[in-house]
Amino acid sequence: MQRSDYLIRRVFFALATLVVVIGFNFFLFRILPGDPIKSIARSPRLTREAREKLRVDFGLDKPVFFDGERLRKGDVLGAFDTQFTAYVRALLHGNLGISYRSRRDVAEVLAERVWRTVVLVAGAETLALLFGVVLGLVSAWRRGTRLEMTILLWALISWGLPNFFLGIILLLLARGHLPVGGMATPGLKPEHGLAYWADVGRHLILPTLTMAIVYTSSYVLIMRSSVVEVLSEDYILTAKAKGLNTFQILRDHALKNAMLPMVTMVALNLAYTVGGAIQVETVFSWPGIGRLMYDSVQLRDYPILQGTFLLLALSVIVANLLADLLYSVLDPRVKAE
Amino acid sequence: MQQLREIWRTFRRRPMGIVGALMLFSVVFVAIFAPWLAPYDPDVKIDIDPEDLLAPPDVEHLLGRDDAGKDVLSQLIYGARVSLTVGFVASFMSMFIGTTVGLIAGYIGGRIGNALMRLTDFLLVIPDLPLMLVIISIWGRGLWKIIFVIGMLGWTYNARLVRSQVLSIRERQFVLRARAIGAGSLRIILRHIFPQVLPLILAQAVLSVSGAIIAESSLSFLGLGDPTLVSWGMMLNFAFERAISRMAWWFLLPPGFAIVWVSVGLIMMGTTLEEIVNPRLRTHHLFDPRHMVALIAGVRPRAEAEGAME
Amino acid sequence: MAILEVRNLSVNYLTDEGTALRAVEGVSFSLEQGRSLGLVGESGCGKTTAMLGILRLLPAEGRIVSGEVVYDGVDLLHVSESEMREYRWGRISIVFQGAMNALNPVRRVGDQIVEAIMLHESVDKRTARGRVDELLGMVGITSERASQYPHQYSGGMRQRAMIAMALACTPNILIADEPTTALDVMIQAQILDLLQKLQKELDLCIVLVTHDLGVVAEICDDVLVMYGGKTAEYASADIIYNESLHPYTQRLLEAFPDVENPASTLASIPGYPPPLDALPPGCRFEPRCHRRKDICAVKSPPLLAVNSGHYVACHPDKGRLNGATNR
Repeated sequence: MQRSDYLIRRVFFALATLVVVIGFNFFLFRILPGDPIKSIARSPRLTREAREKLRVDFGLDKPVFFDGERLRKGDVLGAFDTQFTAYVRALLHGNLGISYRSRRDVAEVLAERVWRTVVLVAGAETLALLFGVVLGLVSAWRRGTRLEMTILLWALISWGLPNFFLGIILLLLARGHLPVGGMATPGLKPEHGLAYWADVGRHLILPTLTMAIVYTSSYVLIMRSSVVEVLSEDYILTAKAKGLNTFQILRDHALKNAMLPMVTMVALNLAYTVGGAIQVETVFSWPGIGRLMYDSVQLRDYPILQGTFLLLALSVIVANLLADLLYSVLDPRVKAE
Repeated sequence: MQQLREIWRTFRRRPMGIVGALMLFSVVFVAIFAPWLAPYDPDVKIDIDPEDLLAPPDVEHLLGRDDAGKDVLSQLIYGARVSLTVGFVASFMSMFIGTTVGLIAGYIGGRIGNALMRLTDFLLVIPDLPLMLVIISIWGRGLWKIIFVIGMLGWTYNARLVRSQVLSIRERQFVLRARAIGAGSLRIILRHIFPQVLPLILAQAVLSVSGAIIAESSLSFLGLGDPTLVSWGMMLNFAFERAISRMAWWFLLPPGFAIVWVSVGLIMMGTTLEEIVNPRLRTHHLFDPRHMVALIAGVRPRAEAEGAME
Repeated sequence: MAILEVRNLSVNYLTDEGTALRAVEGVSFSLEQGRSLGLVGESGCGKTTAMLGILRLLPAEGRIVSGEVVYDGVDLLHVSESEMREYRWGRISIVFQGAMNALNPVRRVGDQIVEAIMLHESVDKRTARGRVDELLGMVGITSERASQYPHQYSGGMRQRAMIAMALACTPNILIADEPTTALDVMIQAQILDLLQKLQKELDLCIVLVTHDLGVVAEICDDVLVMYGGKTAEYASADIIYNESLHPYTQRLLEAFPDVENPASTLASIPGYPPPLDALPPGCRFEPRCHRRKDICAVKSPPLLAVNSGHYVACHPDKGRLNGATNR
């Protein structure tokens, strides 16, 4: 198929999903019983100005989806002047509302914490991919050996191990040796330069390790079955007949082919990775988006919750799109006219 | 029926599957016989001396006590009931929905089929845990709400699986014959296609139970479980919030290990079944590479002799 | 002068349960410089396995049980793996069915040929690339195609590219495993013509493995007919076509449509080859043989030398096979 065709389709799909997510987000928070916005708009905890701002920004005095009255009067455009459109408009302006707790701009809070999660997830995924690819390759090549069995067994167990529990185990084990909570030792600040960043690094070790271990296992399994699949293909036999040795065959022929499904796997995994980040950040009190989501659930800080969800869903959608793009670049068969 | 008996016969010979099944049944046993097995009533507090709070294990309390003085072992035993219930019911729900969607999308195909598949694609892209968090925190806590949410989000994989199976079965002789006689769609689906798909669904069902149990434990751990029913996830939530600073491992670790035990058992069972039911699970032909996630431990039989011969 | 002598090659496959399937048993032949061999038999008769055995390319379950494969005085079955790698492609190369995946789909065709060259000869990349163009030209593929991917080639083209690649290191022997199966008749003819041309121009020894006797007639000087893993008959092409003795060979010839008598019914051989895990104690062809005798079901026929250069594995009728001696 034409690569550009394929990509256009994927972009459309991503956009459509985004629209669905936005609609769903809105629906969820406004329609379900116990509408938080409405009740909070009346909450005495917010200042008068804040309440007014909410009312105006989110059009709380207007109908939710559709203004039947104005439509009947012939005012088609006006019929869409509803809470939903107000919400979308606010969204497009980067306005995600105000936190109930801190009364700060939701967008601001998110922006502040995003990079912390990104660092965590990126580090964990990189480690996991590295180990996953290598171990998967090894276990596929050395089938039927004890090594393969060990790797498989461990992968199987990790599959049934919830992220947060692994975190707890590591926390108990490492306590006293590695920092187990927060992002930095109290007292250290960015102004302290290298000492600070090194400290942050040390705090990052356990959460990253926890996530990496869990994700390695799924990558190992995928890589392994992918390599097994590839090794049974004809061109591997051709390569061997040409006189290539094992290492050359694995490196020059098997690896690239076996890794193609991994790309889509990473993307697919992202939906789960995000869930894992929430759990791990909670266990280790790592102040990222995941922890933010947890806190906002506990504190019933709905605007934050809503904004976080939107951000997470958006990142997964975008990441999937990027993975599709990457796949189409890597697999020459997709380029064909 | 004949097929199921065949499957059982093969399953009996696979050690991994047997071990998994034993692991699962041990937990089911504990759950059923909880009142007889648990040394204490998990809800009753006993001798509330300040020393008894978070007491480490001793002869009377094999797993020690929690922060409210209650026996941990009893909670663990009764916790099996909640976790298993959620796991099985939620899994049943997602299997039911997934199978129905898959059957319809596969057999009827066309616009409806495509639309259904688009729907599954959407759900696949939206991150699970955040979505569940959001829904439960707005809707409220409660056992059935959790079951519903997990069930409603877990059907997509199965739908895809069933659909591709149906697509290949649809063109087979016995189906075409049934249609030629004039059998109605529903009848064909139920009497001819479904039995063929059943083995595949069974394998998936087992695996999805483990997924559901883990999902419930995550939700509970994050504070969204049913506060009136103590599942293993809830135990972990309490333990983490209240006992972590005291390193009360007897409270922190057992519920987690219980979750791992039952999940791994289910996974071993499910993988074995999957391998039996579809030994030549060809990835690139049936599925989108995205769904290789289910091809865990695809320990495929060594090159069948005929295939390797020429 | 024989450049390759295969003596008594036997290959087994081990199943999961541990039983050994005798895929190839006691196959022998000798390949002379300048002469080509056709290896004929039904699917599953062991011909590809035998070839893979010669190059030691069997899958993990395969085991070479006995035999010698003597190339240029050296028994290839007993050299080290690293030495074997030098023989592969450099002396003996093999072309598989040019199915989509015989060439790596994510690498350019030219690169794959360069890889073969660089592996066996110490030349720089530039020279190697020049050779690629030359090779592709030999098989009728234009040089721009070198930078394309296999899926951009047609089926026949892929097969030709594989042949070009197989010749990259100037081997003495080219094993062509079912080179024309799965190709339409026109392309088949093309490929065969090409093989014939290469055979002449490069003084190449070709081992043509196929189930199609007709294909063999064009190119091969000698023919070895296999059945059920064993040699049924081995002789020059002339003798096989005109004076064959083995019932199976005769049936194969009958099954081949006669251009001069297109109306005659095609004879097919009823029955199926024996399953490897349930081999009969006697002759493996006996259940389907139109000339079977009592002894055939009981005793496996030895390979008898009828004349010099004509070997048949069949129990002689009284008076039919004269001067037969055991090989």
